[in-house]
Amino acid sequence: MPPIRDIAVVAFAQTDHRRTSDELSEVEMLIPVLHDVLDRTGLKTSDIGFTCSGSTDYLAGRAFSFTMALDGVGAWPPISESHVEMDGAWALYEAWTKLLTGDADTALVYAYGKSSPGSVRDVLSRQLDPYYVAPLWPDSVALAALQAQALIDAGDTDEPALAGVAARSRSSAATNSHAQVRGSRAQGEYLVRPLRTGDCPPIGDGAAAVILAAGERARELCERPAWIRGIDHRIEAHSLGVRDLTDSPSTRLAAERAGAFERPVDTAELHAPFTSQEVVLRKALRLDDGVDVNPSGGALAANPVMAAGLIRIGEAAARIHRGESDRALAHATSGPCLQQNLVAVLEGDAR
Amino acid sequence: MSKEPVAVVGIGQTKHVAARRDVSIAGLVREAAGRALEDAELTWADIDAVVIGKAPDFFEGVMMPELYLADALGAVGKPMLRVHTAGSVGGSTALVATNLIAGRVHGTVLTLAYEKQSESNAMWGLSLPIPFQQPLLAGAGGFFAPHVRAYMRRTGAPDTVGSLVAYKDRRNALKNPYAHLHEHDITLEKVQASPMLWDPIRYSETCPSSDGACAMILTDRAGAARSPRPPAWMHGGAMRSEPTLFAGKDFVSPQAGKDCAADVYRQAGIADPRRDIDAVEMYVPFSWYEPMWLENLGFAEEGEGWKLTESGVTELDGDLPVNMSGGVLSTNPIGASGMIRFAEAALQVRGQAGDHQVDGARRVLGHAYGGGSQFFSMWLVGAAPPAS
Repeated sequence: MPPIRDIAVVAFAQTDHRRTSDELSEVEMLIPVLHDVLDRTGLKTSDIGFTCSGSTDYLAGRAFSFTMALDGVGAWPPISESHVEMDGAWALYEAWTKLLTGDADTALVYAYGKSSPGSVRDVLSRQLDPYYVAPLWPDSVALAALQAQALIDAGDTDEPALAGVAARSRSSAATNSHAQVRGSRAQGEYLVRPLRTGDCPPIGDGAAAVILAAGERARELCERPAWIRGIDHRIEAHSLGVRDLTDSPSTRLAAERAGAFERPVDTAELHAPFTSQEVVLRKALRLDDGVDVNPSGGALAANPVMAAGLIRIGEAAARIHRGESDRALAHATSGPCLQQNLVAVLEGDAR
Repeated sequence: MSKEPVAVVGIGQTKHVAARRDVSIAGLVREAAGRALEDAELTWADIDAVVIGKAPDFFEGVMMPELYLADALGAVGKPMLRVHTAGSVGGSTALVATNLIAGRVHGTVLTLAYEKQSESNAMWGLSLPIPFQQPLLAGAGGFFAPHVRAYMRRTGAPDTVGSLVAYKDRRNALKNPYAHLHEHDITLEKVQASPMLWDPIRYSETCPSSDGACAMILTDRAGAARSPRPPAWMHGGAMRSEPTLFAGKDFVSPQAGKDCAADVYRQAGIADPRRDIDAVEMYVPFSWYEPMWLENLGFAEEGEGWKLTESGVTELDGDLPVNMSGGVLSTNPIGASGMIRFAEAALQVRGQAGDHQVDGARRVLGHAYGGGSQFFSMWLVGAAPPAS
């Protein structure tokens, strides 16, 4: 069933992603991005119909951390607002559904994460089954390495191919001034076999924001809106023991529901923090060499946790805004080894 | 373009208790979801998407628990969203699920909220030290007590009103088999003699810490037509937020609460809430919040809320019953508390509330709030489908 209302990404902004941002609170990190994205449309906070954010308390190390971030929005007079404890891509999904109901015509979506204050590898282990798995503290790199090894064993990739993904991503990032890791870089030592440093995302802090608008409002706010032709997300079983780590059925299903396979895309922004995960996603999404994958450099160039998925949608939309893409796919992931996946298909008006 | 009407066709709760040591978190949520499916006479296969909410992840020490709970909630292969809007989250979660149907993304959605407070320590979860921010130190009661005192000074309410609310809610809870506190020997004197915790809030005027989950099955017009029991129809729903702390904030009657209620009433065609609404499930974690919210929600003029309470209007057999289920004062699995308000409102208009049913309840308000009285979510449900 096609969406009952046309909704587009009309503006996107992000921070320069950095290894640390000790001197900034989350609110201070967020405010310039919120101003930037609003300035691009000329809208003020009070003009926005609905606001939704994505973040996680576990990075901030405190309960209700998002309540303070709301101060950055300037929620006075009171606003219609919600929050997902997920990557901002899912906040965008919630905002999209809100606009579909007709209750709002514009939405502000933002996401942020500061990984620098703690050990993000350890922090992410807290999202595992709390009774049987989390007590063993398996970290995110170790789990991704299991997946990478499964892919190598299945003959789907090898270490030189993974190094190629890393090199391509970081050389694409050379032209992305927001990226944390840009240009050529050594693959480095093994972090957890078979993954080397170069196969893994940088650890960093950052934020991003997007504005959505419906119908004619989108055309007023943006010269070439990035229309959301479809968006869907699916989750898989949690336990790694019951999943085929070399495949991503949830990504394939989400892509199908989002209409990704109806016509080829020219661009794909994939949220693949590890080189090996790009291999899985390319297969699930049937992307061939004709598709420009991660022209921004992707999560291997900057991976601010909770914002990295929203940034994929923002980067894909920005290419459509600039006329560099006509039909783009954006992907976001959550959970260990690509457990949960979101796919959006964005299109510009025909030229 | 008009929205798809949304109906509640299934409701399930766990028996709320201090500690459910017999089940894991997954077992707890599955119990509530299973009961909601049973009520709707549907199976897991009938569910298109799952929307889950809870209060902070630090309360149980599981980060983004929806990942771990996907299997237990039959969500594998489906979309699963996780909402977190502080204490209002149970209500917000239901509203996010509602939008999936109203926007015609899905036909039937399972929404669920929970808290298993016995697996951690909420006071600890709320007291982690943060650089450059004022610590809460005394927990939620310490934060809210000064605002209660401000209400008393502003309105001249006698200091007996809070105990009346607690006495009423705890008696109502005796009629609700799922309520946590069943104090069979409760008397007004016992409430008034209980220790003072945060002046003017006494021990018996505060909510307990509960383990519990609440689930609802929401569906579209076609789904409602197949419902084996009367559905509850959503007539209006809204969320509003304002900053935690700023010079212009009215902690006694926040603007976000007033705006949220006004939006819901506009959607539902409510001109006079006192006359047009039959009962209210209100988020009252400390007894004095009943008269405070009666004013904030437009049921009483400013300064007059306590008079409704004092005159018995909010009793189960009163003219405007409030918290027929026993409310948050009797049951508080924090993340689920807002959804329980929404679900109990739906139970009332479906005529399924058992011993705490209000006769002839046709339109009932469910209300939730959170943070420093800054996040609000509400819905108004009716026995009849919405007009448009």
